Amino acid sequence: MKRRIVTTLAGGLSAALALSACSGDDGTGGGGEPETGDVTSLSILDYYNNDPDKTLVQEGLDACADELGITLERETVPGADLIQTVLQQASSQTLPDVLMLDNPEVQQIAETGALLPLDEHGVSTEGFAQGIVDASTYDGHLYGLQPVANTIALFYNVEILEEAGVEPPTTWDELREAAAALTEGDQYGMAFNANATYEGSWQFLPPMWTNGGDETDLTSPEVAEALQLWVDLVESGSASESVINWTQGDVKDQFAAGRAAMMVNGPWNIPALNETPEVQWDVVQFPVNEPGQTPVAPLGGEAWTVPVTGDEASQAVAVDFVECLNSPEQQLDWAAARYTVPTRTDLAEEYLAERPEMEAFTEQVANARSRTGQLGPEWPDAATVIYEAIQLALTGQAEPAEAFEQASSR
Amino acid sequence: MTSTTEAPAGAGRGVSTPVPPRRRRKIRADDVGRILFVLPAGIAMALLFGYPVVKNVLMSLQEYTLTTFFTGEAPWVGLANYADVVSDPIFSQAMLNTGLFTAGSIVFQFAIGLALALFFKQKFPLSGPLRGLLLLPWLLPLIVSSATWRAILEQDSGILNQFLGLFGVEPIGWLVSPSVALIAVIGVNIWIGIPFNTTLLYSGLQSIPDELYEAGALDGATHAKAFRYITWPSLRPVISVVLILGVVYTLKVLDIILGLTGGGPANATQTLATQSYQRSFVDFEFGHGAALSNILIVISMVFAVVYLRRGRQAADE
Repeated sequence: MKRRIVTTLAGGLSAALALSACSGDDGTGGGGEPETGDVTSLSILDYYNNDPDKTLVQEGLDACADELGITLERETVPGADLIQTVLQQASSQTLPDVLMLDNPEVQQIAETGALLPLDEHGVSTEGFAQGIVDASTYDGHLYGLQPVANTIALFYNVEILEEAGVEPPTTWDELREAAAALTEGDQYGMAFNANATYEGSWQFLPPMWTNGGDETDLTSPEVAEALQLWVDLVESGSASESVINWTQGDVKDQFAAGRAAMMVNGPWNIPALNETPEVQWDVVQFPVNEPGQTPVAPLGGEAWTVPVTGDEASQAVAVDFVECLNSPEQQLDWAAARYTVPTRTDLAEEYLAERPEMEAFTEQVANARSRTGQLGPEWPDAATVIYEAIQLALTGQAEPAEAFEQASSR
Repeated sequence: MTSTTEAPAGAGRGVSTPVPPRRRRKIRADDVGRILFVLPAGIAMALLFGYPVVKNVLMSLQEYTLTTFFTGEAPWVGLANYADVVSDPIFSQAMLNTGLFTAGSIVFQFAIGLALALFFKQKFPLSGPLRGLLLLPWLLPLIVSSATWRAILEQDSGILNQFLGLFGVEPIGWLVSPSVALIAVIGVNIWIGIPFNTTLLYSGLQSIPDELYEAGALDGATHAKAFRYITWPSLRPVISVVLILGVVYTLKVLDIILGLTGGGPANATQTLATQSYQRSFVDFEFGHGAALSNILIVISMVFAVVYLRRGRQAADE
């Protein structure tokens, strides 16, 4: 009972503050308006802890800090440690003013009540790709916004395909044939990542979604059919059995070393691939099962959020900061520097003029779906079922359809 | 413990009446001193070991999730977490794997460790530097060892399969075939555990007086017989320490398995430790993770108790 009173009070208070913040915008000034002028510095937490990303992101952050006339205290941690760091900071009430989250995690963290609803603080999502908005929306409110997105598509080694007289595949049958034709000696036709982590599930989404499969019903024939594609590639020897242990980084290494003619991977590997000029590559969208299907891939990338720190003034500046990071100019700069795709759909043309090699990814992002769009914070459970089923099927312990039933019965 | 409290009482009973009170007072003063000496260690133990253990037990009885970190609310769920993890089909596989992993590792670590210790007991040139080299697996960070072994055991380009290929052996899926992966992981853990066994057993061997062997030789006990009647019995206390500590360490091995297979393929190398990690830090179901690690602690405790009793017996002897 006591708690309810407190929450009601807190709710009323934040509503009042939100109102006063709005009134502050039009210059009239309200009584409870936070004194944003006193805020000189924001703390930031993200997981871009390796170069070149670390430096490139710093440039984008600095540009917005200059615009707002503030300084930044940035902390970067390895990707796998981000959520643990956030949890530690949450329990010691030392969350940063601005927090970067991998987009499928936004709803999980929003569910805990740790994030500020940006829509209530005047942030608009107009012009953004719908999948991007869905990924950061929980319970009808927007909790984060991501300036750029990535996804996965099919890279191929131009030289190897030309020598073998193989065209880049557009359907699964063509993919099977091409992979078989390109497999010889130490070289596999195809590489992908099917390890027992969310990464393995993420790489399975292009075949699953493209074929009409859905995470709300993983036991459907469409999903099983998609898994059959992975099984066929491995059983025929066109892909290494090691795919069940590989990370996307391992897949990229295989491709860069010329041991795989094609791979499923994302544009964040482009800078690394550019360092091995002997491998000439190109990218196409992930093939479809039946002609007429639209390739649907998962949306990747990170959203910037504003944790509820209780410091209204800093929060207000942090909201402005996130808005700045998502401005059209920033999006174009970030996307070009980091081989990602702007999330404002009307920037596509301008962007491709600068980065023509990103065409396949830009198309793929336009139809891409967010992982949490349908299940919200329940997505990790589905992702676990997916990677468990992949493991069962690829190790020959179950047929694809059975594998999903077995994995979802857990 | 029992002997120290009983002894003064028995002594008091035997002596005339004026003596006991004086003795008792003296003992009390002694006790205060003793307690003062033990107190800092006791506080440190309570903070460093007691708190996490108690916290872990409490956590396993709560619905402890992501939200708990922000709101501090973790509803009590009684034994539901235990029921959940035990009824999970992976649990029985994890239990079996934990047993196989521990038993397999210990048997071979010990046998090879003992053989090497006996080998180095003999005097030969370079035995010192060689013994030092043998420590290498122990000195390497586990994450380095597992990354290296992962490269060695890789199916297509790993050096082990390339080597076996010279003898016409088809590539073996060391880390990708569910039927082989556990054996491969145990193999690597054996490699890591050998130095620990060798070092302790070697120092145990050093403490056996040479006179025993000389006397034994006179009685006709050489080689196998000397080992059976002199080495083994003299080494017994060290052996039990090595085995029990080995079991406790091996039960909770996490980094090697995570580094090599991540518990895969298809859960073939999943143990209680990796499951606990998975539940806590991947699925963020901290209650489930805590329940699993408590089960692991109880199993370790059984061996720890055996170890303590052994230690006390040895002291009493």
